[in-house]
Amino acid sequence: MSRSCFNRYLTAMLCCLTVFGTSLSHAEQVVVYSARIEQLIKPMFDAFTKETGIGVKFVTDKEGPLLARLKAEGKNTPADMLITVDAGNLWEAAREGLLKPIESKTLEANIPAYLRDPQNQWFGLSVRARTIIYNTQKVKPADLSTYEALADPKWKGRLCLRTSKKVYNQSLVAMMIAELGEEKTEQIVKGWVANLATDPLSDETKAMEFVAAGKCDITIANTYYYGRLMAKNPTLPLAIFWPNQAGSGVHVNISGGGVTHYAHNVPGAIKLLEFLSSEKAQNLFADVNMEYPANPKVKIDPAVAAWGSFKQNPINVTKAGELQAEAVKLMDRAGYR
Amino acid sequence: MRVKGETLDPMARDTTTKYGFYGYLASTYRTSSGWRFLPFLVAGLVLIPIGTVISSFFAPAGDIWQHLVETTLAGLLINTFWLVLGVASGTALLGVSLAWFTAVCEFPGRKFFSWALLLPLAIPAYVTAFVALGLFDYIGPVQTALRTWLGPDLAWFPNVRSRMGVIIVMILAFYPYVYLLTRNAFLTQGKRSLEAAQSLGFNRTQGFFKLALPMARPWIVGGVMLALMETLADFGTVSVFNYDTFTTAIYKAWFGMFSLTAASQLASLLIVIVFVMMVVEQQFRARMRYAENRQSARVDRIPLAGWRAWLLAGFASGTLFFAFLLPVAQLGIWAASVFTRDFDQRYLEFLWHSLLLSALAALLTCSVALLVAYAARRYPDRATHTAIRIATLGYALPGAVLAVGIFIPVAWLDNWLSSIALQLFNMETGLLIQGTLFTMLIAYMTRFLAVSHSPIDSAMQRITGSIDEAAMGLGLNGWTMLRRVHLPILKGGIFTAATLVFVDVMKEMPITLMTRPFGWDTLAVRIFEMTSEGAWDQAALPAVALVLAGLFPIILFVRQTEK
Repeated sequence: MSRSCFNRYLTAMLCCLTVFGTSLSHAEQVVVYSARIEQLIKPMFDAFTKETGIGVKFVTDKEGPLLARLKAEGKNTPADMLITVDAGNLWEAAREGLLKPIESKTLEANIPAYLRDPQNQWFGLSVRARTIIYNTQKVKPADLSTYEALADPKWKGRLCLRTSKKVYNQSLVAMMIAELGEEKTEQIVKGWVANLATDPLSDETKAMEFVAAGKCDITIANTYYYGRLMAKNPTLPLAIFWPNQAGSGVHVNISGGGVTHYAHNVPGAIKLLEFLSSEKAQNLFADVNMEYPANPKVKIDPAVAAWGSFKQNPINVTKAGELQAEAVKLMDRAGYR
Repeated sequence: MRVKGETLDPMARDTTTKYGFYGYLASTYRTSSGWRFLPFLVAGLVLIPIGTVISSFFAPAGDIWQHLVETTLAGLLINTFWLVLGVASGTALLGVSLAWFTAVCEFPGRKFFSWALLLPLAIPAYVTAFVALGLFDYIGPVQTALRTWLGPDLAWFPNVRSRMGVIIVMILAFYPYVYLLTRNAFLTQGKRSLEAAQSLGFNRTQGFFKLALPMARPWIVGGVMLALMETLADFGTVSVFNYDTFTTAIYKAWFGMFSLTAASQLASLLIVIVFVMMVVEQQFRARMRYAENRQSARVDRIPLAGWRAWLLAGFASGTLFFAFLLPVAQLGIWAASVFTRDFDQRYLEFLWHSLLLSALAALLTCSVALLVAYAARRYPDRATHTAIRIATLGYALPGAVLAVGIFIPVAWLDNWLSSIALQLFNMETGLLIQGTLFTMLIAYMTRFLAVSHSPIDSAMQRITGSIDEAAMGLGLNGWTMLRRVHLPILKGGIFTAATLVFVDVMKEMPITLMTRPFGWDTLAVRIFEMTSEGAWDQAALPAVALVLAGLFPIILFVRQTEK
């Protein structure tokens, strides 16, 4: 390396190190931290901007880092709103004081009470139903009844499950603790583990493919994974069974959002939340990922409605957060990996 | 950047007494003794995020520790132990043997393999993992085909979702670290060590084990250490296999039990383990000295013929097939199936961001590594070495934990600045540092300093002290010596370091996710978004783009070094 080359190299390095300032824009905008991925939120944000003229700036990440970020940034946070794909993390955000209670007649009218925080710090925007998927060639729907019944020894070697590290399973078990108590739930989870045909799988599309291929007969999955898999491969021998219909109903989780505690643009953030709960946006929000709308007045996407109607468990989704750590520990004790 | 007055003035050292502390500082600058402080400065910078993580130790974490001890801890530790042992021995075996054969022997396709075997670097390990499972698990095409031919009972087929499966995937993903570093050593000294061995009456095999291998030790250990740190920090690969390790426990405590405190405490333990490993390694290394042996103009390779030659070619192609061709082919098929739906001009933006960030990070990280290694050469005392060990610890931390460790102090500084601005100028500044490329690059540096330091330092060790003495005799010192004497010899090491950092930054997810400015999505961010909703076929499109982009620096590297 010659001397001049070396000098140029050093100069280039110094130039690159100079701070790149963030651009300042004066138009009104709402800043969102989102754990829901770009593909599943951008269409709604675009629609919102088109209708109101308010811009939406967002950044995506996992919930954990997003919460850590909000906490570290404190009152200077650029974020006005937080969106997650489960209730547990919204509950945790509220507990950490990262969200702000808001008053909105629209949101209270649009979102049923069990899908939002009792203090109105966050609101469910779409419903994710967690249900039983079975192999139509090997299982008669009449043999199925509840999540709890999957612990029955008659399913020995016939069950596939996604890992307990996934928040959807943690929420499900948390809800079971809320309803059945810890002891009973632990027995059930132990029963599931004893019935496993293979080690827990890393994702539920895989689990359903295992069911279709005959390695096991049943699994528990969110319906939109089923929808996506069947859209790609309609001939798979898989079907949905709605469990606990005689009892409390199908376990539901939410994808939802709330206004951050130190939001700079509170009216804008509330307007965005209200928009997302409105009929227009609800279809976009839910349909883009084959989820169910949180607003009961909104018509369900026909492809999704074809899976049949079902009773949702009306227990408040807050419980999923409150009992999540308990659920994780319980699954550890039960040997559910 | 020339420093005037670089003389070997014996009086310069006495300036402390003459001009007080500031005079001393000024004189140290003149005589380039500022090098003395550099490693400590860098270590201090890296210590900030690590200290943030470790400081959690004094916070209460509820009953999570007790819970872990009672339930899963023993299993996790056993799992982690076997994983580390398997990956270390596997990458050493595969990396060293391939490096030796391509550097010293001649066999069909050697020229091609010598660079092609680097290609797996460009594939993120979790992608290799997902492809391996997709192909060889129960529902994969291999087992499905076997079932149609041989009947439904395939009890003999090994379970891919197993300890062995994870280990093999990680070996295939991480062996290039060892290969790249070791090959460099063999190229420059392998043949000669064999000649020396012959003159001592050893045969080739003895020569390899008694001379070439021990002489290449710092490079082998450097490569294996990188593979190990990567293994310990890995979350993606083990998640795909649902293989529980210490790192999965860290994330479970954080995401599952909402305790960042417990997660940080677990991560601190990981840091301590890695630090002890480094110190032990350093103790062994300190007893040896490695002298320079410059590459001769032309290396005469040992010609192999017959079945041996073809066996070698088969071994190399097998590795290349499983570590690179197969994953890329599968990714290609998936990407093609979603290409028309998903591809748009935004991919150019993702690509540009990925390339720019990787290039800047490689530039910064390698520059710092070079300066630090040079400083350690001038002041090779224990304190300096410890400082450097600390400065390279960032690589062993799970990415997201390190990202938070970086983010918290940056946000703190930002808040402090903003409150000052408010008090003094009554100005609302918002956050100034956070969300800038500057923060991002510093964050990358704290993570990847180990990756760039290892090859540069090993290369630096090869420059004998007599060269320094000769240079000093010619009146060269400090910057001038580094630039005119060391840099030309270090070229290979620097290119190696830059390539590794470039590719690693491109694959990096958690730091990119947490510190990127608004709108700065990269290919890795795109992969994260797709995989987080389980859409692996859609993730294949950015993954293919990432692999292709990762080939740039590798090809550049090959052109620079394989002349």
